[in-house]
Amino acid sequence: MRRLALIAIALAGVLPAAAQAQQRTRLTVYTALENEQLQPFKQAAEAALRDVEIAWVRDSTGVITARLIAERANPRADVVWGLSVFSLLQMEGLDMLEPYTPAGADALRPSMRSDRSPMTWTGMDAFVSAICFNTVVAQQRNLPRPSTWDDLLNPAFRGQIVMPNPNSSGTGFLTMAGWIGRRGEAGAWDFMTRLHDNIQQYTHSGSAPCNNAARGEFGVGISLDMRAVTLRNQGAPIEIIVPTDGVGFDLEATAIMRGTRNLDAAKRLADFAVSRAAMTVYGRFYALLALPGVDPSVQGYPAEFSQRLVDADFRAIALQRDRLLRDWSARFDGKSAPRN
Amino acid sequence: MSEAALPVVGSRPRLSADQVAMRAGLWLAVAFLALFLVLPLGTLLMRAFETPQGGFAGVANFRDYASTPALLAAAWNSLWTAALTAVVVVPLAFLYAYGLTRSCMPAKAAFRAVMMLPLLAPSLLPALALIYLFGNQGMLRGVLLGHSIYGPIGIVVAQVFYCFPSAALILAVALSTADARLYEAASALKASRVRIFRTVTLPGARYGLVSALVVVFTLVMTDFGIPKVIGGQFPVLATDVYKQVVGLQNFNMGAVVGIVLLAPAVLAYLLDRWATRQRAATLSGRAVPLRPLPRRQRDVPLLVLCLVIAAVLVGIVGVAAWGSLIRFWPYNLSLTLDNYDFARFDASGWDTVWLSVRMATLVAVIGTVIVFIIAYVLERGAQDGVLPKLARFAASVPLAVPGLVLGLAYVLFFNHPANPLGFLYGAVAILVLNSLVHFYTVGHLTAVTAIRQLDPEFEAVSASMRVPVWVTFGRVIVPICLPAILEIAVYLFVSAMTTVSAVIFLYGPDTKPAAIAVVHMDEAGQASAAAAMAVVILGITTAAKVGQLAVGAVVARLTQAWRR
Amino acid sequence: MTAPAPEIETLEDAARRARRDAPYLEVQEVGKQFGSFVALRRVNLEIRSGEFVTFLGPSGCGKTTLLRGIAGLDPPTTGRIMQGGRDITHLPPAERDFGIVFQSYALFPNLTVAENIAYGLRGAAWPKARRRERVAELLSIVGLADQAPKYPAQLSGGQQQRVALARALANEPGLLLLDEPLSALDAIVRQHLRQEIRSLQQRLGVTTIMVTHDQEEALGVSDRIVVMSRGRIEQVGTPAEIYDNPASPFVAGFVGHSSRIEAVVDTPPGIIIASGMKLVAEATRPLLYGARVTCFIRPEHVRLARLAEAPEGALSAVVTGLEYLGPVVRLSLEAGPLRLLAAVSPGEFAALEAAPGAAFAVTLPPEHLMVFVEDV
Repeated sequence: MRRLALIAIALAGVLPAAAQAQQRTRLTVYTALENEQLQPFKQAAEAALRDVEIAWVRDSTGVITARLIAERANPRADVVWGLSVFSLLQMEGLDMLEPYTPAGADALRPSMRSDRSPMTWTGMDAFVSAICFNTVVAQQRNLPRPSTWDDLLNPAFRGQIVMPNPNSSGTGFLTMAGWIGRRGEAGAWDFMTRLHDNIQQYTHSGSAPCNNAARGEFGVGISLDMRAVTLRNQGAPIEIIVPTDGVGFDLEATAIMRGTRNLDAAKRLADFAVSRAAMTVYGRFYALLALPGVDPSVQGYPAEFSQRLVDADFRAIALQRDRLLRDWSARFDGKSAPRN
Repeated sequence: MSEAALPVVGSRPRLSADQVAMRAGLWLAVAFLALFLVLPLGTLLMRAFETPQGGFAGVANFRDYASTPALLAAAWNSLWTAALTAVVVVPLAFLYAYGLTRSCMPAKAAFRAVMMLPLLAPSLLPALALIYLFGNQGMLRGVLLGHSIYGPIGIVVAQVFYCFPSAALILAVALSTADARLYEAASALKASRVRIFRTVTLPGARYGLVSALVVVFTLVMTDFGIPKVIGGQFPVLATDVYKQVVGLQNFNMGAVVGIVLLAPAVLAYLLDRWATRQRAATLSGRAVPLRPLPRRQRDVPLLVLCLVIAAVLVGIVGVAAWGSLIRFWPYNLSLTLDNYDFARFDASGWDTVWLSVRMATLVAVIGTVIVFIIAYVLERGAQDGVLPKLARFAASVPLAVPGLVLGLAYVLFFNHPANPLGFLYGAVAILVLNSLVHFYTVGHLTAVTAIRQLDPEFEAVSASMRVPVWVTFGRVIVPICLPAILEIAVYLFVSAMTTVSAVIFLYGPDTKPAAIAVVHMDEAGQASAAAAMAVVILGITTAAKVGQLAVGAVVARLTQAWRR
Repeated sequence: MTAPAPEIETLEDAARRARRDAPYLEVQEVGKQFGSFVALRRVNLEIRSGEFVTFLGPSGCGKTTLLRGIAGLDPPTTGRIMQGGRDITHLPPAERDFGIVFQSYALFPNLTVAENIAYGLRGAAWPKARRRERVAELLSIVGLADQAPKYPAQLSGGQQQRVALARALANEPGLLLLDEPLSALDAIVRQHLRQEIRSLQQRLGVTTIMVTHDQEEALGVSDRIVVMSRGRIEQVGTPAEIYDNPASPFVAGFVGHSSRIEAVVDTPPGIIIASGMKLVAEATRPLLYGARVTCFIRPEHVRLARLAEAPEGALSAVVTGLEYLGPVVRLSLEAGPLRLLAAVSPGEFAALEAAPGAAFAVTLPPEHLMVFVEDV
């Protein structure tokens, strides 16, 4: 009898907690957002959707995309929130995204949402490839401050520029796509060939160039603008330069995975992701938001930032990705003997 | 009379309970290796023969890959950096091991412990230290005479650091089993020291040398962490896998490179097998152990050399530890403990550390049991038939499989909706199994070495006394092999604490290991925090190693009565 | 109707009688192949209860294979093995009735002497007290009563050997198998221990098979010796039979010392010619003229005399070497192309004043020439 009583007491203690846990739906969300963004985004979402719990799986864009595609046969993610639209387009091609038009998605900038109906993805914000410029190194080495991509062709930068290898990193491809969009393919190859002479290395990680510039290893790192903001906050003497001659940009976007077991909660998270409240949180980190009329609170971006974005059909460029990368490889990869 | 024409008895021999047990063990071993190594790897490698749409591609992918201009460069770079690393690290490790085993220099135990340092930390730690030391802002950048650390120099230096313990361990074992009588005979024949070294010492350590060369070569070939961080754009095969899988999400091509990468490793394996057979022929059962006598001309230079090597090892780790205490390299070198407040950098904070400890403990406990039982069954069970041979080969494969390839293979295999083992996916279990398989080979070899030293007739004697084999296993085999078992457990623990590439595809929302957090923080530019997390991992693995030494000492004292 | 009752009873009686008289261990047509290598060819052997039998032969002759076949460690590929009337050919070792001592002893290094001996004494049949009693008994049998708490590594080789023996005997097996049990020991301990094993075996009456390549050991302790070569049994017999009447040139050459003489049968009957020298060999009387024979003679049967006192038919031989062995002196002789060994007592040696280079008259007594006709 005593044992029974004990069990009853134990159950009484456990049950309310269990019930509470059951009420909240746990969504597995794959993301490539920055580490420090995870907590604010999660808090905002959970505050808005009281019965949803966000469980992040965060990694670099390449790793997360590879994981999503590898898991395609049996998706583990319910929602992708904060991943490059290039990755999402690739997944759309593999029929991995659940079509759903979130409430309020029609208000987004047309270029920053899926053109399908129902939509397969919705944009959150834009991020661009930018120049991380180490001012201390620049002083030591007498490097002029670059304000355009073409400025980087100055022989003074020989051996001082690091950029991501487009074959290994989405950031690298994004940068390259921006050049192609702006200059046309032939012009872009010409530019890259000349830039190649100044490049010290093509890194495998998209964030490494900026990290290296921040550590003073090199004067210039071509990376995402987001990366540079984080580093400067830590005290790195770097300036974030958004070249005035047009930058390639990428969107961070949201999508529901086809086959999710929590479709209802996933839809509500997708709704939240395009909401004004969400955009306000994005605005703490990004300068260009998908929803017009929300003022970003992030500091350090030029006012006319959005005009610097290259106006190009990235979807068309993305479709040629394989060929472009192969060409890139043939030009710069194999023969890129280490230079000292 | 024809020799082969003996009539065959019709009745089949009946299996004893022992044989049934051993056979069950063999089947278990085969099932384990098949389920957690061969099938996942097969699932992935099959992709090499498929088109991205899933159709049959034949060798088209290979032809495609062979026409990639960067391929030859990457293959050649992999080969020569691996060879150069092996050529640099093996002689150094040989001298170090020689000092440990064949000299009378002091503090051997301390040197032995320091030797293990590189294995105890995630590979990012030496890479960071090298940047702090030899980077463009580095404290010692002048040493490179204007050459860049990013590229082959950095790769080879970091790999030498990383492979040193493995090579030194193998060579220390090889050098510690010398037969003193050979040396006496050589001196009696008035051979000079150089001649004795050349004709007795080197041939005696031949197997160890080949083994060390093979292991170092394979480690360098398959590692992608170091080339990724410090190799710049210097292309090697392992980063090609990374490029194909992570950069391009082209698993088919990734599988192709994975297979290309396996080829030299398989060759190395065959070479190692050949060397093993050579050794079997030269081993004498009645060797008299060699006890070195003090000799200053030998001991002092060896001591100096070991001191220098140990100082370099400690120095590199020390620089990284210092790096974990500074605010921002190289512009704000004021000291702080903030970098250890991991919650500031990663939402999971210290949880990743506890997760890693939990996971590594499981790997150590479960892994040691599995590794030892399988090694026992393969060594002492029936040797005929094709199964044991296959299982033995399978056990040696993981060493040659890049972690990234194994991780991807696990996703494709275990996450398949038709796989009844799918429930393992996404939980700690999959991380544990994956790490266990990734580091299987070294544990297996350690167990095999220990088991081969046992008298081959223990089981026969037990059977004659009608004692079942599992009783003898528990009462005799395991107690005798306890030091090796401890060694395996700690090796698995340490490896699971530091592994990145194998689990990067497999961790779930609540199961992010600390070593992954190190990579994330470094990617986010938080190098000091990354170094701090690496130092925490180093602290835990060092504690495990020290624990092993302490337990080992207790075991040695308790068993000194019967251990020779 | 079936057969009448009385007849059945007679059959049963016969069977019972047969069992009583039957050998304890029967090896019938046993063969063993490892891949294409034939280790044993159709071996037949019977061993009576309480016998001490030695398998003797050079390494690779199949003696250990046969022992392991009997133990069930490497079951034979063909044939049948019966122990105590039971077909054990394919029984696993654990279901057989034997104890075994290996060359390496295979003592468990992590268990004490007492624990090693008690290792097989488990289960309900061996309560603690009984087990302790039995261990003490065995320890005193092998003379190690004071060594019980020690570990094998703390014992000498000979002591370890005794522990292994005690352990093998603990279960009172019907058959004791010894696989080169003495070969790891030095000469003096060896000689001492083999006599101990023999007397222990006689005291306990346990049927014992020992494998050895040491003929002196085999001759010294065995009831019967099984001489093996190249997977075959060459001869089975008592030590005296083996030594005095070897069944084959192999046995004659392998067991004991002897000089080998190749010869051809000549006339008159009983005369052979070896390297141009005439010898008398009674055993060749029935053989045809011209038949090739191989003869062996033991050193102790070679007779020496001074040349001046040479008997009829003696050969002249020169001493080329001598070994002083204590009880005998062994001389190497050359009689023309023939090489002979002769053993003389020290007294005789002194009387002969033999020294290297000296010549003597040598007689080979016809009754001691062991003659074998060469296979045609």
